[in-house]
Parts: sequence; C-alpha cells; structure tokens
Amino acid sequence: MAVATLAIVVQRNLFAVVILLGIYSFMMAAVLVALDAVDVAMTEASVGAGVSTVLLLGALYLTKGDELKPLHRPLLPLGVAAATGLVLVYGTLGLPAFSDPSAPIHRHVAPRYISEGPRETGVPNIVTAVLASYRGYDTLGETTVVFTAGAGVIALLRRIRRRKKEGDPQ
Amino acid sequence: MTLANHYSYWVIIFLAIAGLYIVIARGNLVKKLVGLSIFQTSVYLLYVAPGKLIGGTAPIVSPQFQVYSNPLPHVLILTAIVVGVATLALGLALVVRLEEAYGSIEEDEILPQDRDA
Repeated sequence: MAVATLAIVVQRNLFAVVILLGIYSFMMAAVLVALDAVDVAMTEASVGAGVSTVLLLGALYLTKGDELKPLHRPLLPLGVAAATGLVLVYGTLGLPAFSDPSAPIHRHVAPRYISEGPRETGVPNIVTAVLASYRGYDTLGETTVVFTAGAGVIALLRRIRRRKKEGDPQ
Repeated sequence: MTLANHYSYWVIIFLAIAGLYIVIARGNLVKKLVGLSIFQTSVYLLYVAPGKLIGGTAPIVSPQFQVYSNPLPHVLILTAIVVGVATLALGLALVVRLEEAYGSIEEDEILPQDRDA
C-alpha cells in the first residue's frame, strides 16, 4: 500500500494516478476486512475503487491527461507535511494501545448495541441495525448531502453542454 | 511495549501525510483531489482500527461468537465513504468547469490569468 501511495505522489501521468488509486482502494478494502469491518470493506471496494475511478476517468476525458512540472521547489510543503506528521506521532503516544479491550471506544455505547441490538431491531448484523435504526437520522442527513452534491454536479455540467450546443466559442 | 501497540496509528499517519503533501505541493487540481481521497481513506482507518479486537469477529451476532469488533465506527465510516464520493464528484465537476473557463487545470496557469484580468 505504501508503494502505491508513493507511486501516486511521484507519477505525473494522471491516467496512471487514477488506476493506482483504484488499486490502492482495493488494498484498503482488504485491510478493512482484516480489521473485521466487512460492511465498510464492501462499500470501499464498490464505491471507492469502482465509482470514484469511473468519476475520475470521466473528468480526465473532459480535461487533460498530464500534469505539469511544478514551478516551485517542494521543500516547503515537504517541511509542513513532515512537521504535521511529527506532531501527530507525538499525539498517538497518549492514545490507547491497539486492540485494548479496556479502551474508551469499547466501553461506551458499543456493548449495548451488541447485547440489545438483535433483540430490539431483529437484525443480526449490528452495523445495519445501527445505520438504519439507532442512527437513522444520520443516514437521512447523508442522503441529503448526496442529493445536494448531485444537484450541484448537474447545475455545473449542464451549462457546459448548453454552451457547446450553441457553438459559443468562448 | 508501546512501539508495537501504536504501529497501526503510524501507518494511518503515513497515509495522511502523503495525502496532505499531494494537496499542498501539487498544482494539478485532479491530483489534488486524488490526494484528498488518500487523506480521507487514512481517516477511515483511524476510525476503524481502534474498534478492532484481536480474537473478535465482524459484528454480526451469532451464537458461536462472543467477542465482536466495535460496530459504531463501521457505521460512521460507511456514511463517510458515500459522502466522500459525492464531494469528489462535486469537486471534479468544478475542475471540469474551470478547465472550460481557463483552458487549464493547473493552479500555476490559472492564478496568473486571474491576476491579469
């Protein structure tokens, strides 16, 4: 995965970058399966590796396929990124260890979802139960965001098509 | 031993830094959106990784298993992935629109045109 990430950073051909991002998404889905997040992995494989790749390829078709060499040296961004990374690593030292059953994340609402969820909702898959039942309003908000984004995309792209049809040279 | 216990966090930080570097350093707008996607996947891992319990299984209740991974981060990230692809689509539509208006998707070529205008 690190190799794919570094290749994305270095590669200038945008078509290769998009394909590498698809490969990266599939590897991310494999990692998510290893972390027991099967629903998330399925979504990542279909949406992250499938739909995103199609969207990016569509955008490349409408624009250019190659990236220019940057005009300025990448030293400043590299410094900013490295400094952020060091601060984050320092921050992780205060976090609970990996797979620690006494970490706060495992002691809050999750045990209740697992013990009561199947009885209260009748769905053995707790992720589905929480998504559709306990946090249904979240899902409603998500749908609103997706609808707004779709409306925005249509509003932006329809103007282009209309102008092309009128043969406006602008 | 803290080194092995925090290894998962450092993988996440590496991905986040790579995404951040692409967003800052690259002038190409499509490449910036790709960097943003990488940053986003690092956040998925940041949420899901602490929910994992070694010896546990996926949170689908069955009498054969007692230990399950935490289902709540999975739900949140499921929402985040779908919202992420929606914002990616909106960003790409903006890039296509910029390409039409300026004839370029490079920041280094768009900004001087704005300055001259």
